[in-house]
Amino acid sequence: MMKQKSELEIKIIASEIRQSIIEMLLEAKSGHSAGPLGMTDIFASLYFNILKHDPQNPKWEDRDKVMLSNGHICPVLYATLAHAGYFPKEELKTLRKLGTRLHGHPHNLVVPGVENSSGPLGQGLSQAIGAALADRIDKKRRRIFCLMSDGEHDEGQTWEAIMFAGKMKLSNVTSIVDRNNIQIEGYTENIMPLEPFADKYKAFNWHVLEIDGHNIEQIIDACAEADAIYEKPTVIIAHTIPGKGVNFMEKDYHWHGTPPNVDQANEALKQIRTLEGKIESEHE
Amino acid sequence: MNLSSKLFQKDIEQVPTRNGYGEGLVELGQSNPNVVVLSADLAESTRAKAFGEKYPERFFELGVAEQNMMGVATGLALSGKIPFVSSYATFSPGRNWDQLRVSVCYSEANVKVAGSHAGLSVGPDGATHQALEDIAIARVLPNLTVIVPCDAIEAKKVTLAAAKHQGPVYFRLGRAETPVFTTIDTPFEIGKAVILKDGTDVSIIGCGQLVYEGLLAAEELSKKGINARVINCHTIKPIDKETIIAAARETGAVVTIEEHQIHGGLGGAVAEVLGANMPVPMEIMGVSDHFGESGEPRQLLEKYHLLAPDIVRAAEQVIKRKK
Repeated sequence: MMKQKSELEIKIIASEIRQSIIEMLLEAKSGHSAGPLGMTDIFASLYFNILKHDPQNPKWEDRDKVMLSNGHICPVLYATLAHAGYFPKEELKTLRKLGTRLHGHPHNLVVPGVENSSGPLGQGLSQAIGAALADRIDKKRRRIFCLMSDGEHDEGQTWEAIMFAGKMKLSNVTSIVDRNNIQIEGYTENIMPLEPFADKYKAFNWHVLEIDGHNIEQIIDACAEADAIYEKPTVIIAHTIPGKGVNFMEKDYHWHGTPPNVDQANEALKQIRTLEGKIESEHE
Repeated sequence: MNLSSKLFQKDIEQVPTRNGYGEGLVELGQSNPNVVVLSADLAESTRAKAFGEKYPERFFELGVAEQNMMGVATGLALSGKIPFVSSYATFSPGRNWDQLRVSVCYSEANVKVAGSHAGLSVGPDGATHQALEDIAIARVLPNLTVIVPCDAIEAKKVTLAAAKHQGPVYFRLGRAETPVFTTIDTPFEIGKAVILKDGTDVSIIGCGQLVYEGLLAAEELSKKGINARVINCHTIKPIDKETIIAAARETGAVVTIEEHQIHGGLGGAVAEVLGANMPVPMEIMGVSDHFGESGEPRQLLEKYHLLAPDIVRAAEQVIKRKK
């Protein structure tokens, strides 16, 4: 099992994961920038503090499971898994290239630590629910996390799944929604308004938490609270900044589905290494 | 081939194939603790209900939500369960095809999909509920096994075999009462077509209840001095190339018959095999690129020319085309 890292350690790991994401996207020349950077603090908190898992034994019987629903943010999943030790970090450079295990959208059969295949939006929560039902039958105490985007709440299947999890009172399901307010063609509230988002979940009989998705302490606390709720599934609406850590990518939906070029990547890496100018980079 | 002793008698037993599914599920409930059943508000008519009553902790009612059902089944399967997804074929795999494609087939999740109320013989419910495209959209998917049982006894065998088979399976079931012409002793193995009657002049290759019409047609043809081979090609994918190629080689002409569009179904699968390996004259019988309509099952099969007399005519025609 992985040893739990401290808040400070997680911050440093998150910064390293963000660097990997930029390097991967630059190398791949295609892929999504904003979502992966926005979700990095959550992934780092999960894999370096919250989850029970063992990178040396990805199929460990009692592991907690993470089902990624919005597969297009897989650069952050791949980078986090590599940093956690599931596979060598050098492999990250093969993203999206012929012969890679790290396809443009994740495939459960080829990448150690990837629990499900995703890409077409709206399918992940259903899969997480199925895994949770299996555990209920088998009387297993593990947790099932589903990571979702806000945009994929446009999909009907997402709401079918939300309604069903409420019906089944699946307290072993914790869903973390990346509330970054962007989707590929614009801002969520322009494309298809989701608000009042939290109220919708409450109406479907979920326990709802709202956090700053870049505050490690809040992420860890919210997941602990979700674990303590026995009557309902929990959704953690994580308010994140798309493109977090790179000022020209932040909050701009044009970076949803675009990779950086060389100059942009160098600038992004500089900003990430200096924690947005707060510290001096040792690489300067 | 150990067929019913009442094979050509008027009082041959009539049972819908969905009943065989229901019986198979109950048997699996007892024999295999990993089997779970999912239903989208159609447990009664898909016959999944009996399992639900006997094994409520392994039965899930998902409401009218087929997309979620396929995804939930995936999660169960990835955790070692053997889920049977029960609905009408028009909705599953019709409405949830993307979920079948990515969640199930791409992930090689061990999910079994039972699509009931397939074919014209749905009857009065009409075109919207008569799945005539499900074989085509299922057999195009990698990793998916596709089976069409010919009667209730075979449907039960398919259900049991699907649970044993590792990997995704789609099988189609019917609503209407249809002749039970096989017996528990009739051979069934996934991927192995069954020659029900040998013959040398023409091969009638069918799936589903229309295999029985093929047998009736062969009887009629024999009175005219034509010796027809009748093959129950229950597995559409992986298709039994060997049996089909041998039939074409040895009889020189092929008629296919199915309750499905003429495009993309059994006929298409047989044509793909023969076109590449043993081209012979073929007649593909099915619904010719249009939707169904309301009516009684027999009336519809008659109107759309899918009964024994139609097969006789097609066989005579295809024999004429032999060189």
